[in-house]
Amino acid sequence: MTDIKSEVTNSIGGITAYRSHIKKKKITVVILIFLVFFFILISINAGAAELNPWKVFKTLIGITDEKANIVIWRIRMPRVIAAVVAGAGLSVAGCVMQNNLKNPLASPSTLGIASAATFGANLAIIVFGAGTVLNTAGDSVAINNPYIVTICAFISSMSAIIIILGLAKLRSFSPEAIILAGVALSSIFGAGITILQYFSSDIKIAAAIFWTFGDLGRVSWKEVIIISVIVLISIVYFSFKRWDYNALSNGEETAKSLGVNTNRVRFWGLLISALITSVAVSFLGMIGFVGLIGPQIMMRIVGADYRFLIPTSALMGSVILLIADTAARILISPIVLPVGALTSLLGGPMFLYMLMRGTKGKK
Amino acid sequence: MSMIVKDISFSYSKHKILNKICFEVKGGDCVAVLGTNGVGKSTLLKCLNKVILAQSGEISIKEKTLKEMSGDELAKLIGYVPQNESFSDSTVFDAVLLGRKPYIKWDVTKNDLEIAENVINALSLDKFSLRKVNRMSGGEMQKVAIARALAQQPLVLLFDEPTSNLDLKNQLEVIQIIKDIVREKQISAIVTMHDLNLALRFADKFLMMKEGKIYATGGKEIITRENILEVYGVDVSIENFNGYDVVIPN
Repeated sequence: MTDIKSEVTNSIGGITAYRSHIKKKKITVVILIFLVFFFILISINAGAAELNPWKVFKTLIGITDEKANIVIWRIRMPRVIAAVVAGAGLSVAGCVMQNNLKNPLASPSTLGIASAATFGANLAIIVFGAGTVLNTAGDSVAINNPYIVTICAFISSMSAIIIILGLAKLRSFSPEAIILAGVALSSIFGAGITILQYFSSDIKIAAAIFWTFGDLGRVSWKEVIIISVIVLISIVYFSFKRWDYNALSNGEETAKSLGVNTNRVRFWGLLISALITSVAVSFLGMIGFVGLIGPQIMMRIVGADYRFLIPTSALMGSVILLIADTAARILISPIVLPVGALTSLLGGPMFLYMLMRGTKGKK
Repeated sequence: MSMIVKDISFSYSKHKILNKICFEVKGGDCVAVLGTNGVGKSTLLKCLNKVILAQSGEISIKEKTLKEMSGDELAKLIGYVPQNESFSDSTVFDAVLLGRKPYIKWDVTKNDLEIAENVINALSLDKFSLRKVNRMSGGEMQKVAIARALAQQPLVLLFDEPTSNLDLKNQLEVIQIIKDIVREKQISAIVTMHDLNLALRFADKFLMMKEGKIYATGGKEIITRENILEVYGVDVSIENFNGYDVVIPN
């Protein structure tokens, strides 16, 4: 045996090789940052109002006419920044949920958070009258009080996560118990939505369904700031816990033996992930699968090292939502597709692929 | 350095698993914990490390009880290699570096990297250091788990069935690695084992457990036909072969 503390050797698999391996992951982070900026520019350029890149550039640096200014700063920019922060938030929330539950299929929908948020929104629109009909030709249905919808969706989704965490605590936070609790809650909230809609008028049902279409176009600067602050603080918190997550990904016993208070780490991890999800879903509607696709793509590229998986998942989430939102605006322009439908179109097949891969593995 | 275990008890609901367990382990001791399946060997190991909390009793190292220690403090003193660990999708170097977690503030230091590298070299894992652990063989994975525990620079190492699922060559190799570490660093190893012959070859102290209690404790002299019959319910003969005591079922 060599002395562990004193002798430093330069073997083929030593520090030098490891540093070069880590360097590749750092390069991945840099590439993703460039991709985010690239797609931000593409996204700002895209839209029904015809603005060429030069005009967009001039608007961004403040030399332009009022019309372009309104289109860029009041319409496109909040939407683009919302895509960046909501994408990052949903993806990093999925990343932490998957780690905490040691389940690659864990996501806001698996935990019933998304169903709970939808129930809250339905309650606001149908019972509290937050949805209405506009007589203009473009949008026949609109949410006239988004904050009631948001608050109800938020309270409902937080209550879901509190119920799940409470139930799970009784069973010592076993990942299976949490997933099962999520499935049960999804059914209960699903039934609640059906009952609400059954006794409601056509107009209110239409308003409720409109809300469930994930749409970045409804967001204002105020809401973008709220989402940004929550997502940023959460990412900083998750980054501080990255070594705990690395330990947790090797199993409960290993994590505990490395000094991790696994119950506490899981509790806060899931609570903050739920907070991000409920805030994003409440302001923007249902945007499914970003929390599943982002971390799973990055897991295949950077591995299960949460020092890199957290920032890269966040960046990949931004890229996915920017691409999906841009595509939603230009595919059949001037009609804007709901971005939630596009992310689900991307995510659904990936979910099925992962399920099939899992089944093959078990065989 | 010594680890003192006083009156440790643990129950799952009303079923008593450990009943007032007492023993002491000193630096340089290789201790084998023996007994039938379900007797509480793994539970005892987990209690020693606060992976599960004993409901009564006290465990102390360096005259400080485990209850007084934070998770990180404890992880700097006790390394644990669980049975059948499920490694994440990480490289050998990352998996070993994780052993430095109790010491890491924000990111790894040069010292952490050097310690990980030297443990990897010491266990001859350097050829695989950038390979994914979850794609390695059972024996190699067990070595990685040992390397990670060593990177913690602990005073006590706990191994839960370290040779289960290993072929004979790997069993002997893993056992020899543990023995060498304990001798060289004068730390302690507490190992749960099923194979009495491997235990006789490896350990210098034995804890024989029966019904959640310590039935017998001491050196090789306690591995007798009578004790084995009492603990395992199996009649055996013990023969000396090439200087080794060998247990042969009758």
